Amino acid sequence: MRRFLTVGFALIGLVVTACGGGATASPSPAAATVAPTATPVARPDVIVGSTNFYEQVTLGELYAQILEANGYKVTRKFNLGNREIVQPALQSGQVQVLAEYLATLVSFLDKTAKPTGDKTETAKILADLLKAKSLTVLDAADATDQNGFVVTKETAAKFNLKKLSDLTPIAGQLVLGGPPECPSPTRPYCIPGLKDKYGIVFKDFKPLDAGGPLTVAALDGKQVDVGLLFTSDPSITAKGFVLLEDDKKLQLADNIAPVVRDDLLAKDNGDIKKLLNSISAKLSQAELGDLNKQVSIDKKDGKDVASAWLKKQGLIK
Amino acid sequence: MSFLASVAAWLADSAHWQGADGIPIRVLEHVELSALAVVVAAAVALPLGLYLGHTGRASFAAINVANVGRAIPSLAMLVFALLLSIQIGLGLGFWPTLFAMVPLAIPPILTNSFVAIRTTDRDIVEAARGMGMRELQVLRAVELPAGLPIVLAGLRTASVNVVATATLGALVAGGGLGRYIVDGLALQEYERLFAGALLVALLAVGIEVGFGVLERASRHT
Repeated sequence: MRRFLTVGFALIGLVVTACGGGATASPSPAAATVAPTATPVARPDVIVGSTNFYEQVTLGELYAQILEANGYKVTRKFNLGNREIVQPALQSGQVQVLAEYLATLVSFLDKTAKPTGDKTETAKILADLLKAKSLTVLDAADATDQNGFVVTKETAAKFNLKKLSDLTPIAGQLVLGGPPECPSPTRPYCIPGLKDKYGIVFKDFKPLDAGGPLTVAALDGKQVDVGLLFTSDPSITAKGFVLLEDDKKLQLADNIAPVVRDDLLAKDNGDIKKLLNSISAKLSQAELGDLNKQVSIDKKDGKDVASAWLKKQGLIK
Repeated sequence: MSFLASVAAWLADSAHWQGADGIPIRVLEHVELSALAVVVAAAVALPLGLYLGHTGRASFAAINVANVGRAIPSLAMLVFALLLSIQIGLGLGFWPTLFAMVPLAIPPILTNSFVAIRTTDRDIVEAARGMGMRELQVLRAVELPAGLPIVLAGLRTASVNVVATATLGALVAGGGLGRYIVDGLALQEYERLFAGALLVALLAVGIEVGFGVLERASRHT
């Protein structure tokens, strides 16, 4: 009972702290991981933005703190709204750095573009689309936030499940739970896609919610065997669920990558790029799930979570 | 006009009358849940209402407490019921919906059964006592028959309320006719949504009419 309420309160708390404490954070003079040069280099001021979602705020904090630790003056503009608000802000220069999701941003920028399940391919399509807008996508992390099929630890052990193709021979014994629109022929990334790409046909389907508390509760209560959650969902870590690897790349590659304005990069000596890429290099799916869990379930402050993670990864001192 | 035609076509499609998501099964699930909710509510509210009506004791407090069930939005009640149900291991679907529907059904049954007894002509009640009837006999042989139409009206209101509101159960993975409404919205199949709403309305009207017949019969006896 407490669980759902606390998630809600944590979100509210996060919004308040992120809005209140934003611009005042002072750059820390310690730790210079990239520029150990004797003469101080000119550092352009940076505006880091985020949408109104806790994962985005944490990612924004990671970017902001690594830049601050290296002598940049950072302004935080977090919780701005959805992509429909934040992308125009980035394109107009009100925001300069933003954590984005490859495939979703491709579709957002060009409805006719065809992102794929491959990170490198999708990043390339995105880079071409962004060029016209004087934006650059930096290295994408392994971490994604996309549709993921999840089973409990017990189910995974019982059927020896690690990846989606492991489900093919035994799916007839299992019940899938997911959003009500999952069986629709217009949803290629749900039941129709599982059938076409993997040959997976479940015994039954239970309409629940779109990667929300119902799906988590149904998995937990064994009312469904396989659930559709988002790959960075904190309850995967918290409940010890097993995220099945999408080995045939059914889902589009929504890997997390920093998108940066070209005019900012032009004013910089290349350190911004190196610093942000160093975060992507360390941000695995498990690490992102753990960051999300600390913020949304353990109710820790996003700022503290971000700085502890950067220190643990040796990215700041 | 073309939308109504597509709703009619949806309802006429034989595929929608078969299987676990077919109309007969959904209607059955809906009736099952609603009936159980009203029976549970009646088991609590009827004896209480009759007792309070007969004795006139603590009636103000009891009726007002029960009316809280009317004041809390059913959607909020459903969320609390869901949290409770998960906590005690009954999971999603049927049980949380039932837990949310019972408090909705209690107030009309309680209020009506109280009023039914309370408004029985006091002279008749006194005459019955004068004839040497015990209190339970007065209630059973005099007050209850006289107030039966009002008691039935309470059950009718409760049933219609529950049938219309039980559609919310689909939000917590329950079955019933709400499934068509919730899924229709998610799938953007608006004929499914409208057909679901229509079936719920028909069911509610059917119950209203059925109770009307019962009430009339109870007046004539």
